[in-house]
Amino acid sequence: MAAQNDDDAIEVSGLHKSFGKVHALRGIDFSVPRGTVLGMLGPNGAGKTTAVRVLTTLLRPDSGRVVIEGYDVVRDAAAVRRCIGLAGQATAIQLELTGRENLEIMGRLNHMDRRTVRGRAATLLERFDIADAADRPAKTYSGGMQRRLDLAASLIAEPSVLFLDEPTTGLDPYGRLGMWGILRELVERGTTLLLTTQYLDEADELANTIVVVDRGEVIASGTPNELKDQVGGDLLEFTVPDRAQLDDAVRAVGGLSEASPTVDPEARRIKVPVGSRGSTALVEAVRRLDAAGVETEDLALHRPSLDDVFLAVTGHAAESSSDAARNAEMPSKTSAGVAS
Amino acid sequence: MTVIAAQARIRARPSAAQMARWAISDSLVMTRRNLLVWLRVPAYIVFTVVQPVIFVLLFRYVFGGAIHAPGSGGYVSYLMPGIIGQTAAFATFATAIALAQEATKGVIDRFRAMPMARSAVLAGRLIADSIRMLIVILVIIGVGYAVGFRFQNGVVGAIGMVLLAELFGIAVCSVSAFVGLAIKDEESVQAFGLIWIFPLTFVSSAFVPIATMPGWLQVFANNQPVTLVINAMRAMALGGPEFPLNPALWESLVWLAGVMIVFTPLAVRSYRRVG
Repeated sequence: MAAQNDDDAIEVSGLHKSFGKVHALRGIDFSVPRGTVLGMLGPNGAGKTTAVRVLTTLLRPDSGRVVIEGYDVVRDAAAVRRCIGLAGQATAIQLELTGRENLEIMGRLNHMDRRTVRGRAATLLERFDIADAADRPAKTYSGGMQRRLDLAASLIAEPSVLFLDEPTTGLDPYGRLGMWGILRELVERGTTLLLTTQYLDEADELANTIVVVDRGEVIASGTPNELKDQVGGDLLEFTVPDRAQLDDAVRAVGGLSEASPTVDPEARRIKVPVGSRGSTALVEAVRRLDAAGVETEDLALHRPSLDDVFLAVTGHAAESSSDAARNAEMPSKTSAGVAS
Repeated sequence: MTVIAAQARIRARPSAAQMARWAISDSLVMTRRNLLVWLRVPAYIVFTVVQPVIFVLLFRYVFGGAIHAPGSGGYVSYLMPGIIGQTAAFATFATAIALAQEATKGVIDRFRAMPMARSAVLAGRLIADSIRMLIVILVIIGVGYAVGFRFQNGVVGAIGMVLLAELFGIAVCSVSAFVGLAIKDEESVQAFGLIWIFPLTFVSSAFVPIATMPGWLQVFANNQPVTLVINAMRAMALGGPEFPLNPALWESLVWLAGVMIVFTPLAVRSYRRVG
């Protein structure tokens, strides 16, 4: 069991939860230091949502312990509810009501007095760029605005710990960037944030720590950089235009690291894992290839993406259905790269 | 800044009296929310107000001529308590649908992760629905007066009829709340509502004297709760020897109490299990 640590806003140890024969959580442990962001990654059905539901007092765990800001989610559920905020893909906003009415109702349900609620709602509407539409029904809002309003609703009582279940699913690129900006600002002001996401770049962008959950267990955790080092660190990649020189090239870069180069003869492409020696290895490779008289194209050093991490630790790529959905709503990373 | 105030707010364990005050104020906030939604959506108003008014006009002028009703006020007086009872029952479709929507959309989850009183979602829904029902009933009575209906049993009888209609509506609401939270799918909730509310209201004394039905149907119609409730409402609205108050009133009160005793806990239980 994790030692009680005053600096942790969230402490989870030995968390189990089953639904009949389905073991949704099979012993989850992690902690989140106050004022930091934990990104929870995992495919659909991995147990992310179940974990968030237990952490936000919506589900009772079968065993294990969850402490939020010093309060046990089972014994002190009411106190936990007073220090957390929750927002998810499903928005709790009432579309027929105006943005302002939605926020004020949420504030009143958090037992804030009328005057405080009014001021706080106005501030949030301003800050989240909804002020101009504050008195229009929320159903006239864009998807991004509705999501921002929903987030504002979860922040009305100034929770110190915020849980976000896939906060940018379904948003366009502009909406995502806006949401990231807002979340960064919240964390700067001291909010502790736990977010689940299927978007690896989102976790990379926002999270201080990442836990990868699959089949109800934490299968990897660490900072984004630690996780990338775990899958072998940097990767040196280049193409040899002249097929005859392929063997010379392999020989030349062979001694760069303990790992041996992989060769794709069709594409005439060579990959060398170089661990954390990135730039030194790059310079060394250029010198050796030059000395061997090998001509190269597209020589570059790649930092593994979290996609590589995901693939390495789960044995399968990040949920393909969600990738498809996402490609439909925003240009893929590669085409965006080409355009820029 | 406000962090210290927030910490103090969290630390303080609320007293029982404070919890009770919150339960009431949270329910009222939810009531206001639900009524605002109703007022903002023209379709809801059409469904809840215009539809029963059309029923009044339809039965009064289209079917009314073919139906011979006992009593002194003619068919329109016989009809009105029936329409009002039916309206109260139909109004609960909205209860079931709204709760089903909130359950599937995850709204109820969000409320349950907040410090608000756990009872407020259901209580606010029931209070808002009974207020809405009262408004609709008063509108129908107004329309009824315009087409010839008159209360014949004094003010107390009239108020008694409205109260019984409200009580009937709230009892059916508890059933609908359970159905909505248990089924959680909007279309299924609607279909299921039709299956049980339609036969109960039409195979009753609401629109036609039961004596005109075939014998085997009379057995059901005479003994089901909607008939008892509408007979009692009619007795309070019209009075006289044709419409005796007893035993319909007592029997219907027992029925309504029974329905609420069974279905309120069931609704609360499915509310707890949502998600």
